[in-house]
Amino acid sequence: MNNWFKSGTPWVWLNAGAVAISLVMVVGLLLLIAARGLGHFWPSNVVEFDYTEPGQESERVLGEVSRSETMTAQAMREAGYVVPEGQEVVTRHLIKRGNRDVTNRDFVWYVGENMSEWRYPEDAMVIERLTWGDFIGYLVDYREDGAVVAEGREAREAFRERLAQTREQVRERERIERFDIGNVNYQIEQIRLQQRALDMNPDISDAEREVREAELAAERERLEEVYAGLEVRRNEIRRDVARYSITAEMMDGRTQELALSGIVKAWWPNDMSVMQKTGHYVGTFWDFVSGFPREANTEGGILPAIFGTVLMVMIMSVVVTPFGVLAAIYLREYAKQGPLVRTIRISVNNLAGVPSIVFGVFGLGFFVYAVGGTIDQAFFPEALPAPTFGGPAIIWASLTLALLTLPVVIVSTEEGLTRIPSTIRQGSLALGATKAETLWRLVVPLSAPAMMTGLILAVARAAGEVAPLMLVGVVKLAPSLPMDGNFPFLHLDRAFMHLGFHIYDVGFQSPNVEAGRPLVYATALILVLLIIVLNVTAITIRNHLREKYRSESD
Amino acid sequence: MTDVSNSSSVEQENRRIRDLLPSGEKRSRLRRWRGVKDHSARYVIAAFGFSVIIALALIFVYLFSEVMPMLQPASVGEVSQYDSPGGNPAQTVQVASDRHRELAVRFTDDRRAVFYRPMTGEVTREYDLPFPEGVTITARGRAEPRTRLVAYGLDNGQALVTRHTFSETFEEGRRRVEGAIEYPLGDEDTALLDVVEDGTPITQIAVQEGSSGISVVAALADGRLRLVQFETTTSFMTGETTVERKVYDLDQPSDEAEITAILLDITMQNLLVGDSAGRVHYYNVRRPAQARIMDSRRVIPDPDASVASMEYLLGTVSLIVGGTDGSVGQWFLVRDEDNVQRITFVRGFEGHDAPVRVIAPEYARKGFATADEAGRVKVHYSTSHRTVIDTQVADGPIRVMGFAPRANALYTVDENERFRVVPVSNPHPEVSVRALWDRVWYEGRSSDEFVWQSSSATDEFEPKFSLVPLTVGTLKAAFYAMLFATPLAIMGAIYSAYFMAPRMRGMVKPTIEIMEALPTVILGFLAGLWLAPFVENHIPAVFSLVILMPVLMVAFAFLWTRAIPEAIRVRVPPGWEAALLVPVVLLVGWFCVASSPLIEIAFFGGDLRQWLTDVGITYDQRNALVVGVAMGFAVIPTIYSISEDAVFNVPKHLTQGSLALGATPWQTVTKVVLLTASPGIFSAVMIGFGRAVGETMIVLMATGNSPVVNFNIFEGMRTLSANIAVEMPEAAVGGTHFRILFLAALVLFILTFIMNTAAELVRQRLRRKYSSL
Repeated sequence: MNNWFKSGTPWVWLNAGAVAISLVMVVGLLLLIAARGLGHFWPSNVVEFDYTEPGQESERVLGEVSRSETMTAQAMREAGYVVPEGQEVVTRHLIKRGNRDVTNRDFVWYVGENMSEWRYPEDAMVIERLTWGDFIGYLVDYREDGAVVAEGREAREAFRERLAQTREQVRERERIERFDIGNVNYQIEQIRLQQRALDMNPDISDAEREVREAELAAERERLEEVYAGLEVRRNEIRRDVARYSITAEMMDGRTQELALSGIVKAWWPNDMSVMQKTGHYVGTFWDFVSGFPREANTEGGILPAIFGTVLMVMIMSVVVTPFGVLAAIYLREYAKQGPLVRTIRISVNNLAGVPSIVFGVFGLGFFVYAVGGTIDQAFFPEALPAPTFGGPAIIWASLTLALLTLPVVIVSTEEGLTRIPSTIRQGSLALGATKAETLWRLVVPLSAPAMMTGLILAVARAAGEVAPLMLVGVVKLAPSLPMDGNFPFLHLDRAFMHLGFHIYDVGFQSPNVEAGRPLVYATALILVLLIIVLNVTAITIRNHLREKYRSESD
Repeated sequence: MTDVSNSSSVEQENRRIRDLLPSGEKRSRLRRWRGVKDHSARYVIAAFGFSVIIALALIFVYLFSEVMPMLQPASVGEVSQYDSPGGNPAQTVQVASDRHRELAVRFTDDRRAVFYRPMTGEVTREYDLPFPEGVTITARGRAEPRTRLVAYGLDNGQALVTRHTFSETFEEGRRRVEGAIEYPLGDEDTALLDVVEDGTPITQIAVQEGSSGISVVAALADGRLRLVQFETTTSFMTGETTVERKVYDLDQPSDEAEITAILLDITMQNLLVGDSAGRVHYYNVRRPAQARIMDSRRVIPDPDASVASMEYLLGTVSLIVGGTDGSVGQWFLVRDEDNVQRITFVRGFEGHDAPVRVIAPEYARKGFATADEAGRVKVHYSTSHRTVIDTQVADGPIRVMGFAPRANALYTVDENERFRVVPVSNPHPEVSVRALWDRVWYEGRSSDEFVWQSSSATDEFEPKFSLVPLTVGTLKAAFYAMLFATPLAIMGAIYSAYFMAPRMRGMVKPTIEIMEALPTVILGFLAGLWLAPFVENHIPAVFSLVILMPVLMVAFAFLWTRAIPEAIRVRVPPGWEAALLVPVVLLVGWFCVASSPLIEIAFFGGDLRQWLTDVGITYDQRNALVVGVAMGFAVIPTIYSISEDAVFNVPKHLTQGSLALGATPWQTVTKVVLLTASPGIFSAVMIGFGRAVGETMIVLMATGNSPVVNFNIFEGMRTLSANIAVEMPEAAVGGTHFRILFLAALVLFILTFIMNTAAELVRQRLRRKYSSL
């Protein structure tokens, strides 16, 4: 034994253990996110049980099991739960009861020891609603114009059929409200600003002013007409949709009437086959990825966040690629290699290690307040005091992140440039090519994969970075996307939503953390997938590149 | 012959080739064009290169430029002066102006209020105050400057309370300020109030406005001290305002000394009375009928001197006392051990050479100005304990002084009724090295302490800008993260660089690289929403993991190398130990978590959290332990990949030599490899530390963000970076708070930059060393 310790084997094993722990942590973390994120969309079974606290009446509980925990009885008692005497360890289950509008508490912990046997009633129904979260209960009847049309099993079929049509109509109404009316409002606002600019401009002659004002008035009138038309259509749909409703029984036996217009989806999880569940799963996932958020972001989809993240990263790439690549070429190919360039190189390197929040502070002070404020004064005085560019905007976020990721691109490109054997350069120069030609025809194409790697790494870093964005451009809920059908189509001055910030916001700022939690996991999963894919691509390109030059230089 | 034919054939060949090429002119044009392209490429690329370098330098320059104004001293502009607006020989009792310094008002002792332009002295309007004929003003008092209330005590026992207002109107984009005098207690005819019916003259008066109405405290010529409350009630039914008057007589402070100053605070609970013996008496007048002296104290250090002037600062908590000996001191009420409020000396300011005649508090900050008999004016700031301006304004005594509401000018009136306007530029008096880094005694606290509290709901709040809690928080978070990450990362690096099988290494390295790329917002969210509640419910598991994990790993190693039959052992080639240990890690982890409640029941009475609280350890759900693990997770890959690089690149002949001399692999690692690679590992740790210091999202989400000063692993913290993220969007642009946040960012920037540079230099040296070995 002593010899064994002296040989150092245990220490080697301990070192191996460090690797094992790290691996377990990484893989475990990814699996945790994946399981939680993907699990959210699976229609889990609805359980029913009778819950009897000692000395209390028993109550019927209906809901989905969110998660379970084992705790000491003492801790549970101190938390205010009634636990049978003599019990030392207790399992508790978090049950999602839904029906937030009636019960106020949609997630409740129940002590396992006080539960009866779990039942899985086939009639248990889960309804996803536009407001107030999910409804869980039993369908009683289906009504049209307040009169009962079908009951029991038939009600389910009738309800399902009608819901599909109603959803179509509700979607059309949403489209009108979000896009059509939004566009008209935007244009009316533009006219207001033009009018204001006209009022503020003293150089225009009276005649011209009158002509312009008449034009604006006519345009406004036209838009208001369009608006009125849209409103009529919307009200029509609203009226039509309001005719249908269902009645459903809740876990405490009370019944509630639900209008079909407020229902997104209804399913009977205990009565679904695995295939049906899979279909449901895919549908829900698609709704999540392609939908707009509801209920303070804790429900609905994350399309604006995905869109915002991607657009910001794209704008950033457009800025960072030429600057990063050309700066790297300058440092490596043109600048005289000496102490100064070495200092610059180290500084650039180190900027990658500067906390991102520092870039955020810089972006807020310099881009938003200084540059944006100046642009507003110069070009958008009619909108003041409301800021146009002098507030959070996607362009400032992109520029800030471009600065942040510049070192990544430069370092990677430089690495690529150094890996190119000097014989290639010398050969080209010896054949009479100019330096620019050598660069353009040989060096740049050869190092393109390295540049690509740098760009991908930069994109991956930018996509996950949140702290600086909180200062320069990200908002909880953007009223409109930064890109739409109104001229100039790409609105660089708009604030935007971002996946990372969405996670922070829903997870930590929302009033109902428990309800938003699965959504946060799902969002996190999408962000992680995006970043892993980007990184794996970058790593693969880089390894491939290394292999290639290794064999060439041998 | 052959030669000729040969030469002609060469000639022919050459011509043929020349014909293939473009003409000479074309070629030279092409050459020129290529030269142009070459040159322009050079310049374009250089331009981009320089612009990038400039942009990166700009970050530093800009951050610095935002911090700079804080370091600049306050200054005084050119003093303008004019004779008293509204004319001599009347004496000025009070001056005040609007916030744009466009209109000011002067109250005189011949019962007038004169509105004038403060920059020129041009009179715009005069009011006659409704005093009866034949009385003289014997006392005057002023409520908190923001209320613009002034009270006059008369020699017939009556008092008048006035309020001056400045109303702004905009006409064609130009601002017009109009001044007016109002009487908050009644109209012009009924504004005069009886403090005492028998006509005893008033010698001193104080006024204050609170939520329930206006109170006046007056000292009378016969030594009596009287509190009169005017409670204003507006009837809901008729909208009529009625004023209810209540009179209370208070104990006289002492017989031999006469009252020289009275101050009432805005809560209407604390009354301070100064007397000619240099003492201040504190009355608690929350219930005026039972009011009595709670504390009396001499507030002037020199026993021969007396109180020359005293005034409340903004918020009426701090009392500034100026003595006839020129001393300036700050006092406020502090509860002592017996829970009694005592008048307590807090700090003294740079004094004057002559008696301090007037004290003028600022409207919106805890600053004030003092003026003495010799015409010298000093501007002080209480929290930062600074005297920011010291200037000679007049030759003689200054009798009246007031700040402009934005503290950008001082109005002074001297003995000869000469008016002066002193423009003051004093944007950041709150900052001093002491205020940022030392313990400060803030208003309402019982002792000096480190506090970061930048804003509050009320206007009279004293901002507390101690960077100590934030710095301590930053170091605390980084410390626990490093405690978790360093051993794991370095040990892992040694193993993967030196012992691990190449195939496994090819899988492990990308995994760790993925770990580095994980967005910190995801780590923070998992730490806050998953890990923190998990740890809270399984505290024993955390500790049993730390103890059991290495022990059981070694035990497994022993079993594997000694007890397992050879036949099984050889199936796993060397270098795959880590893979073998993965199930061990999982099992131990599961075991510790599962046994956690049992440990709690066996040793901690069933609830460790409660037990900790009973022992006196505060436990926050989101604490340093959680942050340490989450941030450690973020730092591990950084340290791992750099130190792995350093270990892996140790020249092979060194290790082979060591092994050839009979050293075991482990001896080679500790005696040769680690020693050679130690600078690289050191730089890895430094870079990791830099990352931990600047990390924002994890700390923001996994702690409660409370700025505490301790290293308790079960409590949270607030770091510099998280503080910036939380407060920057709300900070007023250009304000002191804004600039202090920039300072925090600059400190982070410089700190990480220096650390990274040092680490980079170490690494470069190491690389040179390796290549020379």
